[in-house]
Amino acid sequence: MKLSALHQSYLSRRSNSFRSSGPLDSASDAGYKSSAAVFWLILHGLCCLISLVLGFRFSRLVFFLLFSTSSSNLYTPPLRSAAELAKTLDVHSVQSTNPVANTLQLPLPNKTATNSRVIVGRHGIRIRPWPHPDPVEVMKAHQILERVQKEQRLQFGVKDPRTIIVVTPTYVRTFQALHLTGVMHSLMVVPYDLIWIVMEAGGVSQETASLIAKSGLKTIHVGFNQRMPNSWDERHKLESKMRLHALRIVREKKLDGIVMFADDSNMHSLELFDEIQNVKWFGAVSVGILTTSTNSAESLDRKEDEENPRMPIQGPACNASNMLAGWHTFNILPFAGKHAVNIDDRLTVLPRKLEWSGFVLNSRLLWKGGEDKPEWIKDIDMLDGDVESPLGLITDPSVVEPLGSCGRQVLLWWLRVEARTDSKFPPRWVIDPPLDITIPSKRTPWPDAPPELPAKEKTEMGIQDPIVKHATKTRTSRSKHRSKRKHETRTDTQASTRHAEQN
Amino acid sequence: MGIWRWVFIGILFLADFIVKIEPFKLGRSQPTERISGSAGDVLEDDPVGRLKVFVYELPSKYNKKILQKDPRCLNHMFAAEIYMHRFLLSSPVRTLNPEEADWFYTPVYTTCDLTPNGLPLPFKSPRMMRSAIQLISSNWPYWNRTEGADHFFLVPHDFGACFHYQEEKAIERGILPLLQRATLVQTFGQRNHVCLKEGSITIPPYAPPQKMQTHLIPEKTPRSIFVYFRGLFYDVGNDPEGGYYARGARAAVWENFKDNPLFDISTEHPTTYYEDMQRAVFCLCPLGWAPWSPRLVEAVIFGCIPVIIADDIVLPFADAIPWEEIGVYVDEKDVPNLDTILTSIPPEVILRKQRLLANPSMKQAMLFPQPAQPGDAFHQVLNGLARKLPHDKSVYLKPGERVLNWTAGPVGDLKPW
Repeated sequence: MKLSALHQSYLSRRSNSFRSSGPLDSASDAGYKSSAAVFWLILHGLCCLISLVLGFRFSRLVFFLLFSTSSSNLYTPPLRSAAELAKTLDVHSVQSTNPVANTLQLPLPNKTATNSRVIVGRHGIRIRPWPHPDPVEVMKAHQILERVQKEQRLQFGVKDPRTIIVVTPTYVRTFQALHLTGVMHSLMVVPYDLIWIVMEAGGVSQETASLIAKSGLKTIHVGFNQRMPNSWDERHKLESKMRLHALRIVREKKLDGIVMFADDSNMHSLELFDEIQNVKWFGAVSVGILTTSTNSAESLDRKEDEENPRMPIQGPACNASNMLAGWHTFNILPFAGKHAVNIDDRLTVLPRKLEWSGFVLNSRLLWKGGEDKPEWIKDIDMLDGDVESPLGLITDPSVVEPLGSCGRQVLLWWLRVEARTDSKFPPRWVIDPPLDITIPSKRTPWPDAPPELPAKEKTEMGIQDPIVKHATKTRTSRSKHRSKRKHETRTDTQASTRHAEQN
Repeated sequence: MGIWRWVFIGILFLADFIVKIEPFKLGRSQPTERISGSAGDVLEDDPVGRLKVFVYELPSKYNKKILQKDPRCLNHMFAAEIYMHRFLLSSPVRTLNPEEADWFYTPVYTTCDLTPNGLPLPFKSPRMMRSAIQLISSNWPYWNRTEGADHFFLVPHDFGACFHYQEEKAIERGILPLLQRATLVQTFGQRNHVCLKEGSITIPPYAPPQKMQTHLIPEKTPRSIFVYFRGLFYDVGNDPEGGYYARGARAAVWENFKDNPLFDISTEHPTTYYEDMQRAVFCLCPLGWAPWSPRLVEAVIFGCIPVIIADDIVLPFADAIPWEEIGVYVDEKDVPNLDTILTSIPPEVILRKQRLLANPSMKQAMLFPQPAQPGDAFHQVLNGLARKLPHDKSVYLKPGERVLNWTAGPVGDLKPW
């Protein structure tokens, strides 16, 4: 396009000069001047055309060849233009000149002692015929990356990783699928061996079983025959009991590994699983507490900005020499009176002082009669009541190992979000049979109709007529998509006539 | 016959068993591997006791005053000449008795005349060098004894002792005639090129060691970038039409791979440049206006396999470091097939290259730390000089014999400095 436009302008200029020179025949010097001008214009136009074709200002080259003293090491011209012209020119031209790259070599004069195969000067920019990624090579590169990363993990990652035993208390409710799927997907990507103990309040249920069966992990699904109560306090207490029960299972089966507590509504980062491999007996990590903010909490934040951090953290606190010095716990004072009491209250849900999920322990601590068990662990069978946090399992809280660079890394987040207790949700979140239409599609702004389908499909669709709906109930889902204004009336009449016939 | 069949099967079984053990052993491989080049396992040699160097005391206008005028010379990539001088002044190889010296060093900072942008101007360097040589030849007898054959000079400029930044002009000038017999320690290296003399020692360009140390990230960060490069593809200021800069190789890289997800290439210079190099498997080191660049040093320090795109280049300490086993050489004509070349390297070869790069003596050999540490680039230079000893008898000229032509070269060079 560029070519033709410039071509046009040159032609028009040339024709103008011809036209202007015509009537000046009489005046000789004027004619003389104009012919020189014409000649110059023609030469200029020719040079411009050649430059366009070659792709660079070859006038420079001409001057250089004419006037340069040392033309020793330079050579002429390249085969291909600079980048932008290469794009506008046809790809075929690039292809045709590509294999000819070797003609660049001209014999060097004897300035250099020996013949170097590297020539100084302007070179062509080599572009292959189809300069785009090849999917086979991309796959090979990914395999190389995987192998390199595997080697890195072997050299710098955790040596001798231990099995992770995950304890999750759950119960059937609206948001169970949401929360449990999140935890399940996190656990499915963990690169270590995993045993998942799922404790369910209210007994083993089919919903939970079908959810966790999709994970492909080794699971132990145990039912607890108390129903989950409605108040948060009671719920926390029941969860603690369930977790203790799970620890008893670990003891009975003599499971070997690291026990961690993954509540079903928490969010875990994968670095957490790498970090807990470093625990020796009993460790603690920092947990970020995500409180569902309400208006009251926000106004509080504005007042006491410096005191309350935006996101409170629960976990170990270290002094300057990276030894455990204390604990960061959740400050419930700002929320006094404004927190949720029952599960479906739409207020902030508060965590306990120290949440179970922030602690990990070596499963050998729970075994009966362990050889090198430290003395500060209490026997689980002795404990029966409400253990508020795992610190209740040990006698001496100073033996806890702080993980995650001494509590500075937040590796998991705690959140409690629940729907109303009376909320209805379809079993297994599958809508079967399909929903009734509540808003007729005629009124929604659907885009213009796609091309028509063959006639038989159209007659099968009944859209507006309620009688039609009953007869063709199973096909109403398709009819939602067939909302073309002009076709609707037609199908309406056709369908109604058809059904009139049927009836 | 039956027994032989059983023996054969037994041997096969044993072989299979042994083959199974081999990969198991390789799986727990060593993180590094020893490096030995064509000169042998010489990276960790100690030059002390193997040579003696005498440092000429030149007036401070050749070194200290120049540095005082522009202290930026301490941080740019040509700073090796300054740090080498400082190292030699306090090194145990230095001797104050020139009679017992094997090598003579002339501390003249020829690359310290900087433009406001920080690029060195080489126009006065030939005169400066000539004036320094005139001084040492008139004040000490050692130059005339051998006409400089046992002297060495550091010329870290773009094209070494050709003293020009433009390749055509540099080739035209050639190496300074007075340095024809001396040993040149330079960063430029290209085979069959006028500006690389036989017997020169190639050194890496200066890269600030502290700055690179502060940007190290944990080794277990997975390497997820396949190919990484940051820099110019077209030098629009000096070469607007393309094809001149980098002999078109950088432009070819851009045009062929700008939409390839495996190639993280761009002209933007991010603040996480060093961290990104540590997350990459391959780092491109193409030529620019000169074939060498500090990218090679950065790639080696950060464990990224260097992909060297510069025909006939001679890399630093080429006799001590087997660069073909450590980096990947790609001809400039093969740049459009760079992705095929890199993806067809077998993973074992890549892992071996990474092991060689992880060798601490390799990283140390590329650096110029202050104060000097064993195995660093200063010591490699001294090792290189020591390997050239003892001097051949022919370097000592008979009295009255003259080889050098003191009036050769462009007329402008003969002016006093």
